[in-house]
Amino acid sequence: MDFVLSKKHEMARTLFREFAENEAKPLAQETDEEEKFPKETVEKMAKSGFLGIPVPKEYGGQGCDPLTYVMCVEELSKVCGTTGVIVSAHTSLCVDPIQTYGTPAQKEKYLPDLASGKKLGAFGLTEPGAGTDAQGQQTKAVLDEATNEWVLNGSKCFITNGKEADVYIVIAVTGKIEKRGRMMKEISAFIVEKGTPGFTFGTKEKKMGIRGSSTYELIFTDCRIPKDNLLGQKGKGFNIAMHTLDGGRIGIAAQALGIAEGALEATVAYVKERKQFGRSIAQFQNTQFQLADMATKVEAAKMLVYKAAMKKAEYQTNPKISYSEEAAMAKLYAAEVAMEVTTKAVQLHGGYGYIREYDVERMMRDAKITEIYEGTSEVQRMVISANLLK
Amino acid sequence: MELTNEQIAEYKGVYVYAQQVDNEISGIAFELLGKAKELAANLDTDVTAVLIGSGVKGLADSLAEYGADKVIVVDDPELKDYRTEPYTHALASVINEYKPDIMLVGATAIGRDLGPRVSARVQTGLTADCTVLEIGDFPLNPIPNQEQKHNQLLMTRPAFGGNTIATIACPNNRPQMATVRPGVMQKIAPISGAKAEVIEFNPGFTPDSKYVEILEVVKSVKETVDIQAAKILVSGGRGVGSEENFKLLRDLADAIGGEVSCSRAVVENGWLSQDHQVGQTGKTVRPNVYFAIGISGAIQHVAGMEESDVIIAINKDEDAPIFDVADYGIVGDLNKIVPQLTEAIKAEIANK
Amino acid sequence: MKIVVCVKQVPDTKGGVEFNPDGTLNRAAMLTIMNPDDKAGLEAALRLKDQYGAEVTVVTMGLPKAEDVLREALAMGADKGILVTDRVLGGADTWATSTTLAGALRNLDYDLVITGRQAIDGDTAQVGPQIAEHLGLPVISYAEEIVAVDDKTITVKRQYEDRYHILKAQLPCLLTALAELNEPRYMTPGGIFDAVDAEITVWGRADLKDIDDGNLGLKGSPTKIAKASDKVRKGAGEKVSPESPDEAVSYIMDKLVTKHII
Repeated sequence: MDFVLSKKHEMARTLFREFAENEAKPLAQETDEEEKFPKETVEKMAKSGFLGIPVPKEYGGQGCDPLTYVMCVEELSKVCGTTGVIVSAHTSLCVDPIQTYGTPAQKEKYLPDLASGKKLGAFGLTEPGAGTDAQGQQTKAVLDEATNEWVLNGSKCFITNGKEADVYIVIAVTGKIEKRGRMMKEISAFIVEKGTPGFTFGTKEKKMGIRGSSTYELIFTDCRIPKDNLLGQKGKGFNIAMHTLDGGRIGIAAQALGIAEGALEATVAYVKERKQFGRSIAQFQNTQFQLADMATKVEAAKMLVYKAAMKKAEYQTNPKISYSEEAAMAKLYAAEVAMEVTTKAVQLHGGYGYIREYDVERMMRDAKITEIYEGTSEVQRMVISANLLK
Repeated sequence: MELTNEQIAEYKGVYVYAQQVDNEISGIAFELLGKAKELAANLDTDVTAVLIGSGVKGLADSLAEYGADKVIVVDDPELKDYRTEPYTHALASVINEYKPDIMLVGATAIGRDLGPRVSARVQTGLTADCTVLEIGDFPLNPIPNQEQKHNQLLMTRPAFGGNTIATIACPNNRPQMATVRPGVMQKIAPISGAKAEVIEFNPGFTPDSKYVEILEVVKSVKETVDIQAAKILVSGGRGVGSEENFKLLRDLADAIGGEVSCSRAVVENGWLSQDHQVGQTGKTVRPNVYFAIGISGAIQHVAGMEESDVIIAINKDEDAPIFDVADYGIVGDLNKIVPQLTEAIKAEIANK
Repeated sequence: MKIVVCVKQVPDTKGGVEFNPDGTLNRAAMLTIMNPDDKAGLEAALRLKDQYGAEVTVVTMGLPKAEDVLREALAMGADKGILVTDRVLGGADTWATSTTLAGALRNLDYDLVITGRQAIDGDTAQVGPQIAEHLGLPVISYAEEIVAVDDKTITVKRQYEDRYHILKAQLPCLLTALAELNEPRYMTPGGIFDAVDAEITVWGRADLKDIDDGNLGLKGSPTKIAKASDKVRKGAGEKVSPESPDEAVSYIMDKLVTKHII
């Protein structure tokens, strides 16, 4: 067991922190208040290689490991949850499946632009009637043999990076197969590019938190894409989606961790300044005990998140192992810690914590989504227990 | 290269680089002469101004009026506009020829370019940006087995954004060179009609690869303010709130006869230009009175203004760090206090 | 084109200067960074590399831990790092520092040498021009903008108090860069991974070319520190919380009048 970060990771953290403080933090309030996608920050991140951290250098990426990527999302989320999830959704949900399941031609076509941040990625699984339950999928893809094109019809909702992305991984039903005597939907994954005729956007969602992230409905109406844009094998879409979400959960866990850390830091600074009854509130035992609990939980969450990242790194050299359980535990715990720590942070700020001028107010709203998207906390518990009871 | 005491004894007199721009003597030259006169009196020697340029001989009299006993003039067409190499050649040649004990240069954009290059050429030390110059012993107190030298130039300068102060000597090399921060030394009241001995000297100028070509000289059209020269500064920070609101500060400055300055946040917001900025990345100021209005007092700002004689801070945040350095701190709303204060000052002055 | 950039590791004052209880600086508590003007110089070099293609070598003189700024420079895109470190070099003033760096640079091929204008811990702005003097190079200090570069010359905008000059210098030449010259890029994550693995060239006294021992380190420094002290913070004065603006104004007026300011 080695709990000391390597020199590489230490330096990378310094970089991410500096970037977050200088570039993301000054815009965090405006991003939230005006529900404004932080386009300039994304461009700056692209220039600095943040959008291709775990992508091999041969595809124009940074050639770093999952832990480096996790630290990037963590440090960004410390100051701005919106900025954190943009990187997470792009990297885990779009770049990763293409890297893992793409054909050499697909990788060559898509990865360099995605890794350099020239293009942004998104992932469409959820539908109005189907969340993590893939069998509820309604979006259909039918192969037109005459033109060698897949024809997509249906819609996807709550899609992060919705309108801002250029490349989308879309999950759709491609037929029916018999499994253990039951007819099941055959599900496949596709790569869809923005601008394809028949691919449009619905309304923008107005959210409680991460308000600067661009959350849209994707609508496919006779949307024709080349036959070659099938990602992975036909019928393997469910596995691809689940495996992609395993990775995505590590990203969201890192986002949750960052939000919790940001709230803790803000609270420590605040309680030292704020005076009540003639002394700083840091001198009250209630404050001290609350902070102790918050810090301990944040540290425990960090261990789980980093461990999941290390397990994913191990998977990359040995694809037989799974990091699904570690990812689920990390996300479950970090998300719940984020919610708890931000709630306590608001409480310790008193009335000011409820005012939008103070960052913890935003952090508490941002934290909530981490318990919901890419599998709710309940779904994480299902994944963990299924691994225990198999 | 260290000199022997015999060699050092050959170096005499206090010399000042009399900076001129467009054949007009810069204020710093007069300030340096004021200080040089004091040092020369301590050392029982005289003051020489070194005037370098093209067609500048006529400026010698004004240097005499401000305290120069001698003026060495290096006049050559190559010296029309300031360029590092010919000016270095001129000043280094003067030093090698006349062997001054002390050579003072202004810490201006020109002086901070010229000084280092000259000191390297004549192989001596240079202390930058001095704020105090005095004559004394080095080491300050006797140390066994080390010669204590007397009549040394002790040069004091702030470093680290003003957080440390060092006093430096140059005991074994000559001349003892310093660049001196503008606005710190006092010029003397000019003695009209004073004359100096004028010595013309030309070492010869042969352009080589070190000569840089001036393609274009563009004088800044924007009006620059010299906040370092102001006796009273009315300084605003982020708390002022907007560019328009700076009018309140400008009115106060006008009423009391001061200039407006600001913190870094104000420059970043584009409310005022960079030449107004006080602090570590801006200018260091030490006015008689410094009003810090809506300035929280970050260390970088404080480093640039804490030498002010009287600091008056107005801030609505009672915990603002500016109150830790202010002589008089007022917790309150600047929007209400400042306009009333302006009126009160106008009334007070009118009643005098 | 071959470019050498000189950088210095300095204490970071941006995050706030730390003080001991007695008011002196707590240096141990301060992080170190690449000096801001030097970073702008490095960025200028990297932009020339992006635009024209260049090999960028970064040189620093300091303690062994100064290696960190070289790795940072590599992670930003520099090609090679050279650390000049030796016990005999300690305590150098600007003269001895510039002779040392000049001794190191004599081992290198270069068309352009860039240094920062000044370091935030010393604020002297002397080392750059002095290196140029030792190497016999033309110098353009306080470079604000690099206007053009060709095989033989460089054209630079240089700011003075109330004007700027457009200057054309022959190569090789030395520039000193202002932080205003540009906004330095960030390191990249991949750059960091490579930089940590990269080999840093380490030079000691023996590697310095054409330098006399009498010009090195504390002994070779013409300027000597007579005394140095951290400035003790001035204490807080009075603080009042007036009930009304009227009260505030009369308080200030009283001070201005009794202090003979008006």
